[in-house]
Amino acid sequence: MTLVNEPINQERKRKKFCWFKKNNIRYIDYKDPNFLLKFVNEQGKVTPRRITGTSLKYQRKLSTAIKRARQLALLPYVGDSLK
Amino acid sequence: MHSQKFEQHFMAVTRFETIFIMTPVLSEQQMKETVERYLAFLKENKAKVIHEENWGLRKLAYPIQHKSTGFYQLVEFECEGSMIESLEVEFSRDEAIMRFLTVKLDNDGIKYNERRREKQKNLEQKKAEIL
Repeated sequence: MTLVNEPINQERKRKKFCWFKKNNIRYIDYKDPNFLLKFVNEQGKVTPRRITGTSLKYQRKLSTAIKRARQLALLPYVGDSLK
Repeated sequence: MHSQKFEQHFMAVTRFETIFIMTPVLSEQQMKETVERYLAFLKENKAKVIHEENWGLRKLAYPIQHKSTGFYQLVEFECEGSMIESLEVEFSRDEAIMRFLTVKLDNDGIKYNERRREKQKNLEQKKAEIL
């Protein structure tokens, strides 16, 4: 029997990291829809920071890039099963 | 007398990048003519065209003006910022153009574009070698 407050042995979760910082990328290209597709969910929405682990600085750049791509019809505003 | 720095500040040229989408109704010849017209327009307004690239007929992610395809054209140029307004007026008057987007490039963007061009050149060379 375990005590109520006894800690359960859990595997340590891997820490998330910012993909852009790790790969030393400073400019996010809006002309490359295949790359931007990585940071978009099935409906075409931008995936939140809490899931991808992107730092705030790059999340901002990423979201403007995605919005520009949408204006140029490189990415859809709404879609289903993009992946 | 203004100092040199002062003058540089007002004569400052900025790097811009424009993409515009033309209707698929145009023939190949007409499409090339419109592109040339805009390149001439840029030259008239003392802009220095650095790079120019045609993506050809591409499928759109969603229909624009009931069309599902369009000719994409990319132009990178250097000019004074005040010129952009007249360029965009010209775009919006033109019926052949469905959509346009002008972006100011920062230093990182300029470097990125240079590298992108080099990559494309290398790719083309490799293709040529294979053939």
